Amino acid sequence: MAKVLMKGNEAMALAAIEGGCDAFFGYPITPQNEIPEYLSRHMGEKGRVFVQAESEVAAINMVYGAAGAGARALTSSSSPGIALKQEGISYIAGSELPCVIINVMRGGPGLGGIQPSQADYNQVTKGGGNGDYHLLAFAPENLQETVNIIKESFDLADYYRNPVIIAVDGLLGQMMEPVDLEAAPKTEDAKEKKWAADGNSDREGGRNVITSIHLDPLELEQHNLKLKKKYDEMRAKEQRYEMIETDDADIVFVAYGSMARIARSAVKTLREEGIKVGMIRPVTIWPFPEKAFDELSKSVKTLLTLEMSLGQMHEDVRAANNGRFQLDFYGRTGGVVPEPEEIIDHVKRMLEKEGSS
Amino acid sequence: MNTKTVYEPTKGLTEREFHYCPGCTHGIIHKLVAEVLVEKGLLEKSVAVASVGCSVFSYEYFNCDAHQAPHGRAPAVATGIKRVRPDSAVFTYQGDGDLASIGTAEIVHAAHRGENITVIFVNNAIYGMTGGQMAPTTLIGQKTTTSPFGRDKTLTGEPLRISEMLATIPGAAYLERVSVHDPKHIRKAKKSIEKAFDVQMKKQGFSMIEFISTCPVNWGMNPMESIEWAKENMIPYYPLKVFKDKTKGDNDE
Repeated sequence: MAKVLMKGNEAMALAAIEGGCDAFFGYPITPQNEIPEYLSRHMGEKGRVFVQAESEVAAINMVYGAAGAGARALTSSSSPGIALKQEGISYIAGSELPCVIINVMRGGPGLGGIQPSQADYNQVTKGGGNGDYHLLAFAPENLQETVNIIKESFDLADYYRNPVIIAVDGLLGQMMEPVDLEAAPKTEDAKEKKWAADGNSDREGGRNVITSIHLDPLELEQHNLKLKKKYDEMRAKEQRYEMIETDDADIVFVAYGSMARIARSAVKTLREEGIKVGMIRPVTIWPFPEKAFDELSKSVKTLLTLEMSLGQMHEDVRAANNGRFQLDFYGRTGGVVPEPEEIIDHVKRMLEKEGSS
Repeated sequence: MNTKTVYEPTKGLTEREFHYCPGCTHGIIHKLVAEVLVEKGLLEKSVAVASVGCSVFSYEYFNCDAHQAPHGRAPAVATGIKRVRPDSAVFTYQGDGDLASIGTAEIVHAAHRGENITVIFVNNAIYGMTGGQMAPTTLIGQKTTTSPFGRDKTLTGEPLRISEMLATIPGAAYLERVSVHDPKHIRKAKKSIEKAFDVQMKKQGFSMIEFISTCPVNWGMNPMESIEWAKENMIPYYPLKVFKDKTKGDNDE
């Protein structure tokens, strides 16, 4: 298949089908509606499951049941809907089940707005459900990268027996861009899930139980330590990022998703003007790509975090920086998508301040 | 010496000892469900969905695959299982706090979609596990730890009749309320469970059996008194009957 011009949400839905998604459970919410709409047309023809649930809460619990029965299950939503799903996400992580969650982020808090935003950073990376758990969290920058990650995410979820979340914002969901589904890595065929509670208790090894309850504190602690081992493995193996013109940079942006697209143009313009800027682009936001910061040369003067939110990722940048470089922040929020010029102006003001001090 | 087995524990239950309180009817209901699964040859293909409440550990007892669900969400979890494994036998086991309060949306819409699942609904008019708080099913005047002066309808409404409510939903194929307060009713209840699983396996739609149950500890009674109380107070408000039977051509009112 050659490149096809597709709308972001539809490309994501198609990527999920190609990734071997057996079942989708979702609830309508803007700006992700084209995902369930596309799947409602195409899952049935492939003999797969599509259910429009009565609520976000029910949708994630249907995912919980389907994943427990061994299916590759998907849900999609947008920020306030993801907030409602946190209960189920915590249970799925606690029960060590694989699933894929797509979050097409919009502004908040509360009902917020429906324009693109990255204000779910904390919700996506720090959880929101109860307990010690993490999601493997991706924040792709363009549609080709998004479909690649969605296809791969079903394998990653199965491998870690953990939910994978893909956080894009409404800009990626609603824009059109050429994508090549075959250029994406081929998803592995799902392996037999010997642990699944799928109604085959005469299997060798006996009946299977899916649960997240451990009333004995020592037993629950052991369970948590077992989960932590997976998260440590993710931290070691899954930190993904792109280093853009950082080798000789004085100022290094840190930006992901749509904000990275915008910052990329700012890097180009500033470079043309002789100002040495570069960028760390996190592709995973959990685990946060701390390794990228170790690759920076000591000659870097300032890290400038750029977000379509008000400094949520900046806290992780601060921790990863660990006192090495000066830090600065620029962000817009509430559904406002900044222009590259705003970033350029901010950099120039930074340089003026430095010059005058 | 000639010996003849006249009774043995059902293979539908594990050997794990029940944690339920003396006089609670969970034990009877577990046994009936388990016997039906064995007798109908469904045990190996069953997935039990446990809820939150006293029956949170029911997955320890039902000798089949099982999935523990968040509070009230068992019908949604069961939907996910049944949709991807349509030939399995999927049932939820839920109390009245779980099903009639926090899980009303999930039970209504599982019925609404006509999900081919069976719901075992155990109604004892109180939250048992958490220590005897008022439920939507608590009777008027009934004292609980959160209605210490008796349930007052002006403040808390009147007890919710779930089977009657679900009977108005087109997707509900079989709905019956039964009791297990004496052997005659226990035998009848087993027949009702059989019927519900038949409806499920014939893919005729949503089935639910509501059980009038007891909670001697939180009702502040001994087991015998609680059986009497259920008979005298609950059954008049929650009548025992078939509310919907699509297999007999019951249509929607």
